Amino acid sequence: MELPAKTFQVTRADLVRYAGASGDFNPIHWSDRFATKVGLPGVIAHGMFTMALVSRAITEWAGAPDAVVDYGVRFTRPVVVPDDDQGTEIEVTAVVREVTEDGLTRLDVTATCLGEKVLSQARATIRTAR
Amino acid sequence: MSLDPSFVGRTYPPTAPYQVGREKIREFATAIGATDPAHHDPAAARALGHPDVVAPPTFPVVVTMAASRQIVEDPALGVDYSRVVHGDQRFAYTRPVVAGDELVCASTIEDVTTRGGHGFLTTRTDVSTVAGEPVVAVWSKIVVRGEA
Repeated sequence: MELPAKTFQVTRADLVRYAGASGDFNPIHWSDRFATKVGLPGVIAHGMFTMALVSRAITEWAGAPDAVVDYGVRFTRPVVVPDDDQGTEIEVTAVVREVTEDGLTRLDVTATCLGEKVLSQARATIRTAR
Repeated sequence: MSLDPSFVGRTYPPTAPYQVGREKIREFATAIGATDPAHHDPAAARALGHPDVVAPPTFPVVVTMAASRQIVEDPALGVDYSRVVHGDQRFAYTRPVVAGDELVCASTIEDVTTRGGHGFLTTRTDVSTVAGEPVVAVWSKIVVRGEA
């Protein structure tokens, strides 16, 4: 079963807000000068911000904010966020891989930006809705 | 970048307790656009059986950051932080983090490898309450990029 796709817009302002909330002030997430100096195409989103947006999709699919029992991802490609009002978009989809008898649902999750996968091996286990 | 494989199995002393505040959970939830009332309203969280507002799934990184620093900044390990990129991240929850938790982190280096000139470092951080109740186990793999 495929779950309905969810799209998240990501702007520079979102990265600044996430930096403050998470305490991750690495300048690759807010300074083009620094990001390009270390060989990136420009400012990129925190991997953990992408992972957090994907977690929103997962908890919304689960229908409960406390349903996630296991959640892991591999970061494969940076999400470049241009310095304009639109920023970029991350699209999240998932398929149900397994529903266990003890009430767990395992999801295989896909997250893309501009048509390219930004995560691999993204998996979540959630408590099946009652 | 070559990392010393003898660090596998090394454990680090527990970090100072982190006091999880209600406003910090609200701030984090707002920053990721998580609007579920259980992240913001104690009454909504209590209706789900939690003592106070519930943190979103990736909130534990806020708590484990000090523990990660302990390892990445261990001079004996010698990680060049300017060359670090995040490889993998995983959380296995016993229960969600909630406001009022006082959490300590105990970290272990699970794996150290060098491949294709890059170093790979996998750490496991067990997050528990000061009373010893396990809350979440957090795995993080970082890649230390080799010199081009």
